[in-house]
Amino acid sequence: MTTALDLLLLALLLSLIVGLGRVWRGPGFADRMLAAQLLGTTGVAMLIVLAERFAQPALRDVALVLALLALLAVLAFVARVWDPDDAVEPTASADGAGSTGLVGEPGAAASGSDGPSSGDHRPRQSNGVGDDHG
Amino acid sequence: MADSIMDGVRLLLITAGVAFFIIGSIGLIRFPDVYTRIHALTKADNLGLGLIVIGLLLGAGSLATSAKLVLIWLLTLVASASAGYLVARAARRRGVKPWQAKDTPPAKGDDTPPPQSGGH
Repeated sequence: MTTALDLLLLALLLSLIVGLGRVWRGPGFADRMLAAQLLGTTGVAMLIVLAERFAQPALRDVALVLALLALLAVLAFVARVWDPDDAVEPTASADGAGSTGLVGEPGAAASGSDGPSSGDHRPRQSNGVGDDHG
Repeated sequence: MADSIMDGVRLLLITAGVAFFIIGSIGLIRFPDVYTRIHALTKADNLGLGLIVIGLLLGAGSLATSAKLVLIWLLTLVASASAGYLVARAARRRGVKPWQAKDTPPAKGDDTPPPQSGGH
């Protein structure tokens, strides 16, 4: 039983590594976040199998927390970065940055008429983390 | 005798669950656009996790352990359902075109997925 569980854990780990190739390849932000969610789901499965294998009940609590955190990561990504309607509005300083010499910054110049640009996975505004110029 | 049969059933269920995880990972790598990748990820992986949880439930000693396993599975179900819905809605709002069969590059290797912008 334990040997079989070890082999199954190894298979899960290989599947996780294969799936994480999507983080590397690509092409959009959402694909990478989906790979992060794969990390969450497969991690939960590995943790509950590990809890059975090594008789460590605390690992089930870890699995519960990991499931919750994987959900929160995807929610935060969609709500604050990726969704053009729900994204955090740019502050006044970031809005006025286009008229103060930062025209060459990609995304700041074309922010008005861009709309939902097809296939472009960049955030619509340059509201990245730590964007505090102005 | 009964124990070995029960162990066999558990191993069968857990193996089936791991197989679904592997299928989900292959789908995440192979599918062409974000919608189909959501489809591969949220459904196959949760079915696999459900099978693993059922397999572990058959050997769970106490009611608390069983309840915790079921709770983990339910939380992951809710997480995947809402995350898949939100990512798909955001992709539609950003104008990501769903992949169509004509977007497939003819006789190309599997190295580069087709562009998501509808081919222009």
